[in-house]
Amino acid sequence: MEKKDIIQSFKDSLFTGLIALALFGPIVGLRTVSKGEGLFITPQWGVVFLLVGLCILGRFLININSARRKEFKIFSTLSSKFSSITEDKAKHFAITGILFAVVFPFLPFTDRYFMDVAIMILTYIMLGWGLNIVVGLAGLLDLGYVAFYAVGAYSYALIATTFGWSFWICLPLAGVFAAFFGILLGFPVLRLRGDYLAIVTLGFGEIIRIILINWYEVTNGPDGITGIPRPSFFGLPFKRSPDEGETSFHLFFNLEYSTMHRIIFLYYLILVLALITNYFTLKIRKLPVGRAWEALREDEIACKSLGVNPTNTKLTAFAIGAMFGGFAGSFFATRQAFISPESFTFIESAIIVAIVVLGGMGSQTGVVLASIFLIGITEMFRDLEQFRMIAFGGAMVLIMVFKPKGILANRKPTILMHGDKK
Amino acid sequence: MLKITNVETFYGKIQALRGVDLDVNDGEIVSLIGSNGAGKSTLLMTISGVNKARRGNIVFNGKNIENKDPHKIVDMGICQVPEGRRIFSRLTVEENLRLGAHANEKGKHFENDIKEVYDLFPVLSDRKTQRGGTLSGGEQQMLAIGRALMSKPKVLLLDEPSLGIAPKLVNQIFVSIKNINKEKNVTIFLVEQNAKKALELADRAYVLVNGKVTIKGPGQELLKNKDIQAAYLEGGAKN
Repeated sequence: MEKKDIIQSFKDSLFTGLIALALFGPIVGLRTVSKGEGLFITPQWGVVFLLVGLCILGRFLININSARRKEFKIFSTLSSKFSSITEDKAKHFAITGILFAVVFPFLPFTDRYFMDVAIMILTYIMLGWGLNIVVGLAGLLDLGYVAFYAVGAYSYALIATTFGWSFWICLPLAGVFAAFFGILLGFPVLRLRGDYLAIVTLGFGEIIRIILINWYEVTNGPDGITGIPRPSFFGLPFKRSPDEGETSFHLFFNLEYSTMHRIIFLYYLILVLALITNYFTLKIRKLPVGRAWEALREDEIACKSLGVNPTNTKLTAFAIGAMFGGFAGSFFATRQAFISPESFTFIESAIIVAIVVLGGMGSQTGVVLASIFLIGITEMFRDLEQFRMIAFGGAMVLIMVFKPKGILANRKPTILMHGDKK
Repeated sequence: MLKITNVETFYGKIQALRGVDLDVNDGEIVSLIGSNGAGKSTLLMTISGVNKARRGNIVFNGKNIENKDPHKIVDMGICQVPEGRRIFSRLTVEENLRLGAHANEKGKHFENDIKEVYDLFPVLSDRKTQRGGTLSGGEQQMLAIGRALMSKPKVLLLDEPSLGIAPKLVNQIFVSIKNINKEKNVTIFLVEQNAKKALELADRAYVLVNGKVTIKGPGQELLKNKDIQAAYLEGGAKN
């Protein structure tokens, strides 16, 4: 390495130090302490200098390393570990994953907390798979996916509380409503692509949330909807003491009453819903409409010149993606028994998009890995309290550094030659 | 078969076509030559409906098509091979071909149609399961032509099939175009910058300058035309 390079990287790290000083100075340096009748500022410059020093040193080391054109050893080993996860292995992973998911509730270490986290992860997997149809297959970046989740949840809640219909009737209805909203969003954005599409979908998500807050007569505004019926086991409710004329689940099967029955049922319910979403996506990819989605993602002009109708293709992608979001929303409503606009903020959309992108656009197994990783990490770091989101962000940055195209970046062809194992 | 009268196409305020008159008869190979920016690709895009004509008529087999959507025009039997090939690079060769059959993918003739394309371009058969983006330029052009043929067009619109392709493969592709015309009885409308090749192949040809047809006539005749030789042949494309 030449002397010039060292001076250059030294200058660069000093500049980094300046930025760090500007950031940490006010944020860390000026600490507000409440004493008696007001807030007082206590400076803590020592910590600031320590942080700035670390930044300068870190930047300097990175610069020197990149000047040598060698990565940190730890970087390369880590990234080669990640790249060994190929689609080929993903198939074995999928089978073991499903088997594991089926037996999971009966494993000895599985307790209520684990079940709750597992249900949450499965909900995000389902949402990820649903969004994958829109983003991964059709290539339409939708930042307002939570809107369909909300429409599904509210449709379910309103139908179930108003008419008292069972879960199995409300679920498809909620899906249909969400699909309808998918088409509603689809029309105005037909001509948009990329960044512009993303902005409009983002706005759509917010519009739905704001309507939910303000349309008090129907949605009960910020107070939300309470008393949403719990799902029953094909007509058998999960109650300790059933109403007259009813038989509850534990009495019918002659079991000791336990709240875990309901949780386990919910777990299998979301598992089945998610697997249906996945099965549907895998099947539709091999049909003309699914292939048209992928072609549209690759090149819209080529699609037009080959006779693919882009309007229908985009609308079906939005509608079907939204429908699965609506199913997931119904599940969410029946699990929580209470919903409010609070649950459908932009951060939810962002997490779902992050799951799809980190998983590798269009990869079904990638969505599973990314959901476990992202939701699992935020749960694992629950003890860190306010630093939880930093861990979340850090995890995302790390994936993007090591696997810039997502955990599983390879698209699997839908047509294979006989005996071709690829 | 295809008759274009006084067509004007605009990009916003910029006028790309200034009243083009042109016709293509059943079974012909018609070439359109011209320099960069003359409006050749715009004319093809206007025929296939991707761009809309502001004025003028395009009549195909007695029906006006200037206001139809692109997918309707493909259904009627006009298919375009767009400039720069526009292969679906992450999809495999066979998936690309299946998309070409999207307009009539009922599965009935599919196996037969795809076999015909593989017979025409055997190299595609060897690469069925390979991703479109991994093919060479020439192979991609063959794939693009094959993909368009899957829609069973009556008229094939070809936009610069020689663009960015090794000279040896260019010859092969032009031979294939001739075969498609003679054996499969598909009418060809070819847009090219490689004027010599395009004129040699063509039954008739047109020259487009600044959005207007300036010269027309049989291909062999235009090859001998002094003005064309000066402007497009000598010092221009040599192969």
